Amino acid sequence: MKVMPCPLNGPRNIAEFTYGGVVHAMPEPNAVDDRQWADYLFMEDNACGVVREWWYHGPTAYWFIAERDTASDEILRTYPAAEWLAERAPDGE
Amino acid sequence: MIGLLKLGFTRRRRQLPAARELKPSYDAVIIGGGGHGLACAYYLARTWGITKVAVLEKSYLASGNTARNTAIIRSNYLTPDGVRFYDESVRLFRELSQELDFNILYGERGHLTLAHTDSALRTARWRAEVNQHLGVDSSLVYPDDIARLCPELDLSEEARYPILGALYHPPGSIARHDAVAWGYAQRAADYGVEIHTHTEVTGIDVEHGRVTGVRTTRGNIRTGRVLQAVAGMSSELARMAGFRLPIRTIPLQACVSEAVKPFLDPIIVSGSLHIYVSQSARGELVMGGSTDPYPLYSTRSTFEFKEDLMMHMLELFPFLGPLRILRQWAGMADMTPDFSPVMGLTPVENYYIDAGWGTWGFKATPVSGTCMAETLATGKPHRLCAPFALERFYDYAQVGEKGAASVGH
Repeated sequence: MKVMPCPLNGPRNIAEFTYGGVVHAMPEPNAVDDRQWADYLFMEDNACGVVREWWYHGPTAYWFIAERDTASDEILRTYPAAEWLAERAPDGE
Repeated sequence: MIGLLKLGFTRRRRQLPAARELKPSYDAVIIGGGGHGLACAYYLARTWGITKVAVLEKSYLASGNTARNTAIIRSNYLTPDGVRFYDESVRLFRELSQELDFNILYGERGHLTLAHTDSALRTARWRAEVNQHLGVDSSLVYPDDIARLCPELDLSEEARYPILGALYHPPGSIARHDAVAWGYAQRAADYGVEIHTHTEVTGIDVEHGRVTGVRTTRGNIRTGRVLQAVAGMSSELARMAGFRLPIRTIPLQACVSEAVKPFLDPIIVSGSLHIYVSQSARGELVMGGSTDPYPLYSTRSTFEFKEDLMMHMLELFPFLGPLRILRQWAGMADMTPDFSPVMGLTPVENYYIDAGWGTWGFKATPVSGTCMAETLATGKPHRLCAPFALERFYDYAQVGEKGAASVGH
């Protein structure tokens, strides 16, 4: 059984969680052309290595962020999304 | 008798030429020595007379997803683009043993896609209509027909998910997957194509938006034409060439049981239960299911996969309880958002791609070979693979292929 250390619920079976894609900022829809928007929607870095991902704990309806190595499946760190949001907009935008 | 013995001794040896040094340049370089890359090399030589070609494989021949599928061949897809494409593959597969003078153990078994819900039944009907319109032998059948085609299935109404009907595709087949790659490799080598195993690509040289060479662990090569056919590692290689793909690398697991007496003739698939199973010539049940729940560059196996798969296997075939699993494996699947491949031109000139093969790659081996060979030879996408261009994502013209394995309805 693969265990996910959930920031809210502690270590839980990874089967309780849903993968939500790599963390990347959405561009301002009105500021980009169709091509750039398609890039954002469909194109993936799909990196082999440590990536930052959204994960969702179904039973508690809780989204958070995990740093995971996509080569070894090792989960290095998990934390509440607030941490990333603060990093993204430090002045509280 | 003497004649047979003589034939036995004079038979062409099934051995590829010994490894040579890489030449400084080739007319075309194919990255990836799996079924697709080797098929392209063969058709490039046979159909287009391009023989100064190197196939580069980082491990041993056909060691990736060519060796890790469940060997099912069919063309009862949902979209007209998909049906036309895979039907050409079925046609090529049927003649492939003769074409390559190499027995690929092609066996037509019939293919049943079970429907357990009204929506699955509706999709089956939709597929049957599209299939018939395009001349593919495919029809909707009901439990009395299913009982005749596969009496071993639990068709009772007391089942957890009763079987309401099925899409029946008589041409559905299985073949020896390794033999497909070996046959293509052998015949391509006969034409002078060089196959370099244990040769890993470390970089792609691009000048003024045009590919000029490939760097490898065994030296650098100049070339004006490159095909990448490395499903599973497509994104990493495309990154070397300087572009991104609409692909997530997700493991697809499968397993085989111990061998038992032949009892299962058709290939049985259930989209709702996420299962596909066939019985091999050796008597093993070859079983696969849905892809893993999240991306990973690994071929590890998990207990959860087998637990889910067996739960559903026992719903369809309750008498298999005592059967044991013999082997398990996984492949790294290139999953695209529309369950269709990515084939043809790329943002880099003369750098072509054959990727996005998700759970549908093996059955496309011959047709992807002919399509990519024509694309490399002419610089224009073959008509059958044109709908699968990378550019479709920028045109918002995806090919939603809900007839793919591992897609629930």
